[in-house]
Amino acid sequence: MNNLLEIHHITKNYITDKEEIKAIKDITLQVHKGEILTLVGSSGCGKSSLLSILAGIDTATSGFFQFHKENPVIGYMLQNDALFPWLTIYQNALLGLKIQKKDTIENQEYVKELFKKYKLEEFMNKKPSELSGGMKQRVALIRTLAIKPDILLLDEPFSALDYQSRLAVSDDVFNIIKKENITTIMVSHDIAEAISMSDRIVVLSKRPCYVKKIYDIHLTNKKNPIENRKAPEFKDYYNQIWKDLDINV
Amino acid sequence: MSEQAKSIIKKKKRQKFFIIFVQFLIVIGFFLGWEYLAQNKIINSFIFSSPSRIMETLQGLIITGELWEHILTTLYETILAFTIGISAGFVIAIILYEFPILAKIIDPFLTMINSLPKVALGPIIIIWAGANTKSIIVMALLINLIVSIMNIYNGFQGVDEMKIKLLKSFGANKKQILRYLIIPESKRTIISSLKINISMTLIGVIMGEFLVSKKGIGYLIIYGTQVFNLNLVMTGILVLILLSFIIYEIVSFIEKKLST
Ligand SMILES: Nc1ncnc2c1ncn2[C@@H]1O[C@H](COP(=O)(O)OP(=O)(O)OP(=O)(O)O)[C@@H](O)[C@H]1O
Ligand SMILES: [Mg+2]
Repeated sequence: MNNLLEIHHITKNYITDKEEIKAIKDITLQVHKGEILTLVGSSGCGKSSLLSILAGIDTATSGFFQFHKENPVIGYMLQNDALFPWLTIYQNALLGLKIQKKDTIENQEYVKELFKKYKLEEFMNKKPSELSGGMKQRVALIRTLAIKPDILLLDEPFSALDYQSRLAVSDDVFNIIKKENITTIMVSHDIAEAISMSDRIVVLSKRPCYVKKIYDIHLTNKKNPIENRKAPEFKDYYNQIWKDLDINV
Repeated sequence: MSEQAKSIIKKKKRQKFFIIFVQFLIVIGFFLGWEYLAQNKIINSFIFSSPSRIMETLQGLIITGELWEHILTTLYETILAFTIGISAGFVIAIILYEFPILAKIIDPFLTMINSLPKVALGPIIIIWAGANTKSIIVMALLINLIVSIMNIYNGFQGVDEMKIKLLKSFGANKKQILRYLIIPESKRTIISSLKINISMTLIGVIMGEFLVSKKGIGYLIIYGTQVFNLNLVMTGILVLILLSFIIYEIVSFIEKKLST
């Protein structure tokens, strides 16, 4: 298999005024080109920490990661859309390009294309406050895609949405990612969502986290997330992962 | 629109009109009452002045052109101190934001200066800055600058952590974060602090004019007191009330324009 990213023994300790918090114990992981890899794990186990290390926002305490690509472009998407309310949707989408000084006419055209493709064209000059939560999340995705990322890091990108738009938007996002064929690492606390969207699922232990188990998700008639939920294997994966997570209710 | 909605809107309009009407009556009633009490010698118009005497004084000031000079002086000082206060406050807030350790170090000093009744520093300011307009500006700055710094700095601090993360993930440097996020995001905080600031500035300017000046509305009031010309004092106060009201309304208007 063709790896895009290799993560080697990454650890992360946070040092606060009072104590040292061990967030990541040891993560070693291969990320394949073109796959959707989902991290699941209990709350506070260190998922976001790992993504922000990979995104270059934070540094690991020890260990390293390596892209099999020169100057990889990383697209990072968070729980909340983080759209700037004083900019139009279109200006918001150009933000990453502006910062990376790549807002050429060509790239602007590409962004406009994305708006057309994902049916947000007529809203381009509106302010974020005029859009629904699901639409805003799609704009956030366009903003991330605008920089043509080699890898997408999605940190619970749908968790701020209500159940209905969550299903619809995750379906959209899935289709977009697959169409653009972008390698994706996603964090989700929703097991069903993880199974329905992923090629592989990494189950993390409780904090400080390490890789507990990795599942290759094989579903009969794998299509889009909503359809995938009907696959006969779905329930078994669900029960297995539920057990792995060792959730105490 | 439904009949009910129409009648509610009508009612609201009538209410609004009623409020303005009563406000108007209060003002008229106040001046008429004052004039009546003065005319019938129930109050001593030498001490309390009277609307007719104020009008006379005002007329005199207008004819000699003095009134404009005083108003313009106060206005000039206010605008100058206001502009300096806001811009210096902005620059200092940026410096504090960029150097958090510095912010922590000077935090107690800012609080100390802020809680000090600035008028106590008046005599020293005169000695240091001289008995001139400079002293007045310094006085006003002493009052408005700390408030500006604190307001704007708090605005910076309130910026959404997620948005900072997002920009960092695009590889933004500190300057870009400031330019694309911190400054536009705190624009609203800055704008909303303008109103408080202009009031503070006016207080400082009048206080300064009380201490040192040969012109300005504060001077008019303090001079009137010294020569025991209460007509002049009352006229000054009335002009000041009008002036501060107009300035406040202008700033509110600007605030509304900027924040849309
Ligand atoms: N900047 C920080 N300083 C100190 N501790 C931190 C910091 N960021 C995270 N932590 C701690 O590290 C641990 C892991 O946090 P992280 O946000 O990575 O978890 P998570 O798996 O994303 O949780 P959730 O599912 O709630 O999003 C938590 O205990 C958290 O309190
Ligand atoms: Mg998290």
